[in-house]
Amino acid sequence: MATDAHSDGSSLAFHPMDQFIIKPLFGDGDFSWYTPTNATLWMALGILAVVALLVLPTSRRALVPTRGQSIAELTYGFVYKMVEDVTGKDGIKYFPYIMTLFMFILTANFLGLLPMAFTTTSHIAVTGVLALAVFLTVTVLGFVLNGSKFLGLFWVSSAPLALRPVLAIIELISYFVRPVSHSVRLGGNMMAGHAVIKVFAGFAQVAVISPIAIAGVVAIYGLEIMVAFIQAYVFTILTCVYLKDALHPAH
Amino acid sequence: MATDTHGGEEMASVAEQSAGMPQLEFASFPNQIFWLIVTLVVLYLILSRVALPRIAGILGERQGTITNDLATAEDLKAKAAKADEDYNKALADARAEAQRIAGEERAKIQAKLDEAIAQADAEISERAAESEKAIADIRATAVDNVREVATATAEELVAALGGKADAAAVKAAVEDRMKG
Repeated sequence: MATDAHSDGSSLAFHPMDQFIIKPLFGDGDFSWYTPTNATLWMALGILAVVALLVLPTSRRALVPTRGQSIAELTYGFVYKMVEDVTGKDGIKYFPYIMTLFMFILTANFLGLLPMAFTTTSHIAVTGVLALAVFLTVTVLGFVLNGSKFLGLFWVSSAPLALRPVLAIIELISYFVRPVSHSVRLGGNMMAGHAVIKVFAGFAQVAVISPIAIAGVVAIYGLEIMVAFIQAYVFTILTCVYLKDALHPAH
Repeated sequence: MATDTHGGEEMASVAEQSAGMPQLEFASFPNQIFWLIVTLVVLYLILSRVALPRIAGILGERQGTITNDLATAEDLKAKAAKADEDYNKALADARAEAQRIAGEERAKIQAKLDEAIAQADAEISERAAESEKAIADIRATAVDNVREVATATAEELVAALGGKADAAAVKAAVEDRMKG
């Protein structure tokens, strides 16, 4: 990221971070909180992608599924099983919320891989809100469902008594670091991958190393396809793990 | 993506202000957060109202259909086994019936045959009796004839030898010889 050298004079121009700039869709210059921007556009495209993935192919409700319907069913089953396995049977009622998170991140990550696209999940503002929402929901839910017993999450009853206060401090810190790691993991991964692709693309301006640079772009693009899925998966499964803590706080 | 570098001057000026990372340009946060919340709410409504109940319905329906089909298959299998059993039973019955009818016919034919044989036997014995009687008659007649001829011959012989034939003595002699 430090390679963002604006060497306008030289022939080699690197602007790896320009792809993350938020601009208004119509006109230039300033924008307020409600102005439709490129972030708005790509979030809306994400919604359309979810509709195209889950709603349209299932409209026929075929008993023997078509290819599209199979994909929708597999996606549903994948997240449903994840919630059921990690959170347990009583976590199933939060499945629609988790599915919303997963589908939003998945479509945003994959749409961001299209050339010229804008990756909404590469912004810490977006991932931070997602992570904070999970953090606050889990904390509130933990206290509402378990009362003060939720604090047992920080009191490791299986450890020796002398160690427990120390462990409680560590647990407390790790608990409050969760939203930070949760959001930075996703945002950082998306931003870094896209920036690296851009740097390699910048090197392609030099004829001598352009074959290597383009091969690098292809290789990292493949890696990013994997990362796009894995990060959506990791974010979702961690949400499930945190939710499990709220439902069953016992260590 | 590479063509993006020809972005123009105004883009570069925007990047200049952000000191490298657009992610840390806090002025854009309210806008992103607002649209993120709008997106999440819309997405949640689409998923929870349309997509998820529909897919859950499809999966449940399929599960039900599979269970039903399996039950029907089980049922049909039992029916097929029963039909096979019935067929075998009918076959055995028919075989037994055929056996019975054949036995009956055989018995009937045997009875008729026995009757015919008995009748034939009776007829034969009757005829044999008749023949025997005829033979006996013939033999009796023959013996009488012999006696007459012998008596007559004996009388003639006696007469020819010059004697006087004593009819009673000749008769007694003939009787005596015929016994010997």
